[in-house]
Amino acid sequence: MRRRNFLVAAGAAVLAGCNQFAESGLGAKLLSAAERWHRGAHRFLRDREALAPEFAPGEISPFFRGNGTTDPQSPAYRAHAAQGFAEWRLAVGGLVETPMALSLDNIRRLPQRTQITRHDCVEGWSAIGQWTGPQLSLLLEAAGLRPEAKYILFLCADELNGDRYYESIDLIDAFHPQTIVAHSLNGEPLPIRNGAPLRMRIERQLGYKHAKYLTAIMAVASLDDIGGGEGGYWEDRGYQWYAGI
Amino acid sequence: MKRHALTTRLWHWISAVLVVILFMSGLTISNAHPWLYWGEAGFLPQEAWLAVPRFPDWMTIPGYYSLAVARDWHNLAVWPFALMLLFIWVAMLANRHFKRDIATTAEEWHPRNIRRDIAAHLRLDFDHGAGKYNFFQKLAYGLVFGVFLPMMIFTGIAISPGMGPSFGWLIDLLGGRQSARSLHFIFAFALFGFFIVHVVMVMLAGPARQVSDMITGGKGKDGEADAP
Repeated sequence: MRRRNFLVAAGAAVLAGCNQFAESGLGAKLLSAAERWHRGAHRFLRDREALAPEFAPGEISPFFRGNGTTDPQSPAYRAHAAQGFAEWRLAVGGLVETPMALSLDNIRRLPQRTQITRHDCVEGWSAIGQWTGPQLSLLLEAAGLRPEAKYILFLCADELNGDRYYESIDLIDAFHPQTIVAHSLNGEPLPIRNGAPLRMRIERQLGYKHAKYLTAIMAVASLDDIGGGEGGYWEDRGYQWYAGI
Repeated sequence: MKRHALTTRLWHWISAVLVVILFMSGLTISNAHPWLYWGEAGFLPQEAWLAVPRFPDWMTIPGYYSLAVARDWHNLAVWPFALMLLFIWVAMLANRHFKRDIATTAEEWHPRNIRRDIAAHLRLDFDHGAGKYNFFQKLAYGLVFGVFLPMMIFTGIAISPGMGPSFGWLIDLLGGRQSARSLHFIFAFALFGFFIVHVVMVMLAGPARQVSDMITGGKGKDGEADAP
């Protein structure tokens, strides 16, 4: 047998076995359990507040790539963009004592955190940028989480392939000091390709968790009845909810 | 005494399957962004030191392009792979397999010995006494156990954003996240190169005996050719 034929045959055998395994109940369970083991290991190794690496101003990428939606086309978004987002409101609601609607001005007047961090895309690339905005914990404490709240949901103004983008994190990441609602990149208002006027920064996870074009932050008890039920746009398409790997 | 300890045989076959799964799912992950960079960051093809060719579907897990499914496989298989690597190191040190069979002596690094070893390889003479690996075998296994396999784990940790808070020093040591990603790729292909040479050597040295010895342990009498 020619070596290439042998490799093709061996590859096909491994593939067939893998497909069968993935489609079996146990296989599917194991594949999703591995995600929880990684999350457990990451959180076991360091305390929940441990910071992602931060960088010096000289290390900032000259251009910060946009990915996914880079120019939302809905008439409502375009109207906001034309007005410089003066009428944009960020809702904070769901399982909270005091729902709020914040303007960009409100958000800029809160205590701010500025951090230079590395953005890692699930595809493999990285870019370094400086982000500024209030910590999410500040907004959640102001709104007052109800005890049933287990996850924080981020709703977005953009659609990808006809579905609205959304994301979610647990309360550990929600109250992490580097989890901020960013309105600035490298000292300038967020460009549209990077999520204007507001985006999340979840620094210990991959880029798809960092929801852009943010319209609402909702506290929820379960992710089951939202979107496809997996906790995010990409999660509904098979990606891992815990994106720290 | 058996030539291959039970721990060695278990590790060999289980890890072989895991490495194949990790490699094939890794090729899918490479296809998602087939450019490699040095340093901490990088995303433009013109910044890349290497544009990796696209790997065809027959080489990848799954057998079609799905980054999500490939990552599931990669993230699952790495657990037993990493734990088995720890296990075999403990076993090799405890049963003295490493000291006896893999660690080289100063004498073996002498050019005269290396020349003799090259000549034996060229004659396809694999008869070098019971329980003894020649210099190049020791070197290859030493590199695989001591460098290639552990580096897959260390560079993989450095790529994971969730590990950043705990392993900032490791990312710095490897020269940044994108350097770690490049090294992950380089060591994966170093292992692939080892795999090809290893299989060719088994073929040349008598595949039926070699494979059955790695399953049963073999008898390990004097004068028999040893396993590659």
